[in-house]
Amino acid sequence: MNELEIKNVCFSYTGEEYVINNINLSLGEGELVSILGVSGCGKSTLFNVVSGLRKPQKGKIILDGEDITGKSGKISYMLQKDLLLPYRTIEDNVALPLILSGTKKKKARLAVQDGMKKFGLDGTQKKYPCELSGGMRQRAALLRTYMFSGKAALLDEPFSALDTLTKSEMHSWYLGVMDEIKLSTLFITHDIDEAILLSDRICLMTGKPATLSEEIVINEPRPRSRDFTLTPEFLAYKKQILSKL
Amino acid sequence: MKRKLQSTTSKLLPAAAILALLAIWELVSDTGLVPKYMLPSPVDVCSAFVKDFPLLWENSWVTLAETFIGLALGIVIGFLMAMIMDFFTPVKKALYPIVVITQTIPAVAIAPLLVLWFGYEMVPKVILVVFIVFFPITVSLLDGFESTDKDTINLMRSMGAGKIQIFRYVKFPAALGNFFSSLKIAVSYAVVGAVISEWLGGFMGLGVYMTRVKKSYAFDRMFAVIFLISGLSLLLMLAVKLIQKRCMPWENR
Repeated sequence: MNELEIKNVCFSYTGEEYVINNINLSLGEGELVSILGVSGCGKSTLFNVVSGLRKPQKGKIILDGEDITGKSGKISYMLQKDLLLPYRTIEDNVALPLILSGTKKKKARLAVQDGMKKFGLDGTQKKYPCELSGGMRQRAALLRTYMFSGKAALLDEPFSALDTLTKSEMHSWYLGVMDEIKLSTLFITHDIDEAILLSDRICLMTGKPATLSEEIVINEPRPRSRDFTLTPEFLAYKKQILSKL
Repeated sequence: MKRKLQSTTSKLLPAAAILALLAIWELVSDTGLVPKYMLPSPVDVCSAFVKDFPLLWENSWVTLAETFIGLALGIVIGFLMAMIMDFFTPVKKALYPIVVITQTIPAVAIAPLLVLWFGYEMVPKVILVVFIVFFPITVSLLDGFESTDKDTINLMRSMGAGKIQIFRYVKFPAALGNFFSSLKIAVSYAVVGAVISEWLGGFMGLGVYMTRVKKSYAFDRMFAVIFLISGLSLLLMLAVKLIQKRCMPWENR
């Protein structure tokens, strides 16, 4: 069954010209699908629509069989800025989605401990975001997103603000954790290497108004390792994508 | 080690400057450069302070009570106003100019009116303190609420947070820093405000005491009161700083 379905979505800020036109995409359980496109092509607009912050003029968003078009609070996202609240400890930041939905603070804190361990954040519970490195903060932000919706998440260039070394470290970590948490993920990026390394499928977003012009399936079994980026198959995928962008 | 040294010198410097100033003052007064009856020396002021202490003590409590009640009410009113203005934009558009205009009215000018309206007891003093305090509190809180990151608010919305939850978990803690810096200003204004309104009529309080010693040309006792008032303001500012440290533990990391 499809976890998340985007059906014929069109959206315009002004009501005249569409920014994104007729977007169709479905995301299966535990799948990671990337949307790859140049900056400013409408990727983030699509995210705002899927997360319910904006209502599309046409089309539907369906999560687990439920129509969530224009409804926020159903599917959460994560940006390149970690957006952790500086005045809450890491565990309280991560537990925030639970607290928002009415869980008592103590219970919420207990509920996130398992995730903290899985995400390699053990020991940072009582620390404040400013005491953590950029990579660790992104992990915490991802865990917060995961705590909110354990099924599907939208990641909008989550690693693009990190330096190259931290970024590649985060990729290795993410490849390891993604199979464990089985999160269906819609992943926005403008980094071709990142997209090939992490995705099951890559959708290219091109044109004005933007459409999903091409879908490329990455046939590489998971769990993958970083060495995948050094193989000829990887380069073949890259060539294929570059020729179509 | 170097850092520690720096922090000691940074504390020593102002202390040395104050001591130097007092020494010059003492000299000017002792050598008769300025006659003693016009400018008593710091030593004279200290002895007047000690001699008058019971009286000063008694009057301080009245002034402090006015200050605290006024502060508390001013903070509550300022907070409520900022919150309402933040929740309802039309209310903000309507009220904000009025809030600003109230601050162009000199406090000294309305103090006598307040005395005429509310008599010589505590009420007019408290009202003046509230009038002085609510403005910096309202404006700083409103600024703090508005300065919260739009992306953070959107993220909270995507996690299903309502207006009140966003206020509680994002806007309010984000405005705390602003709130405390304005509170530091507000406490010293509050003490001065209470003293000013006591000048204009009352039975007890440091302001009333000041007008009394002024009439008897007791300069040393005047200075003793002035020192006491600035000392009280300093103590209150220090208290605010300590409370801020407790309330914002993330700032100390």
